[in-house]
Amino acid sequence: MTPETLPPFDPQRFIRHGVGGHGGLLKLSYHAHGPDWVELKLPYQAALIGDPDRGVLASGPILTMMDMATSLAVWTRLGRFRPHATLDLRIDYLRPATPGKTVVGHGECYRITRSISFVRGQAHDGDPTDPLAHVAGTFMFTDAPAERA
Amino acid sequence: MLPPYAELLGITLADAADPTLLLMPSADTLLGRPGYLHGGAIGGLLEMAAIVALRCALAEDGGGQIKPINVTVDYMRGGREKPTFARGSVTRLGGRVANVEATAWQDDADKPIAAARMNYLIVRA
Repeated sequence: MTPETLPPFDPQRFIRHGVGGHGGLLKLSYHAHGPDWVELKLPYQAALIGDPDRGVLASGPILTMMDMATSLAVWTRLGRFRPHATLDLRIDYLRPATPGKTVVGHGECYRITRSISFVRGQAHDGDPTDPLAHVAGTFMFTDAPAERA
Repeated sequence: MLPPYAELLGITLADAADPTLLLMPSADTLLGRPGYLHGGAIGGLLEMAAIVALRCALAEDGGGQIKPINVTVDYMRGGREKPTFARGSVTRLGGRVANVEATAWQDDADKPIAAARMNYLIVRA
């Protein structure tokens, strides 16, 4: 098949057999998607606790979920898979995640250039109007030739 | 004492005599794309290194609780399937806020695979 006849990128199909590797360890799964966004779910697990005194999730698992949700959002907006690498990712922790609750990560791609894609997103644990984290980041396509002046 | 999440990632102290140097051995459960560590696992290691460094600094300065405000991770090189080291360093420990940096590397400490800057709120004991 030529690229023109391939079906457009479908994040649900892409991870239909579950997420492998590090995402599998965290039990990440698909939640929803739109033209330029993807939502993943991170179920609460005692093994993900970063603050044993309060039972609060570590921030690393939320970082992993947001990296993956925004990554899938890039391919969804683009309509196809393209290899890329995370250049940077910033997270603001607005409040601690509630112990016992599943965290939903909403990743959005709002701009794609020849070699860079720009993403943002939020994570919440039930109420999207009360987010627990805000993220912003960039990815670099690894199949693009270096830009020349 | 490292939290359960550090245990899940397989993170240990690399050297009993060096309380701020962390080691994360290679594992299939840390991979993103085939052959490369997931950026989230590297970020998790960097956050743990920052927290360990801050706890050490805080213990010598009266103690207290720490709460993360934000983290920015820069990825410089792909992390391969080999042991990863990380060390945190407290840039400034103030009365209410701490600024911490952390770096992760594999073969050569001068060739980091990722680095992070973090801000923490300090709740003094």
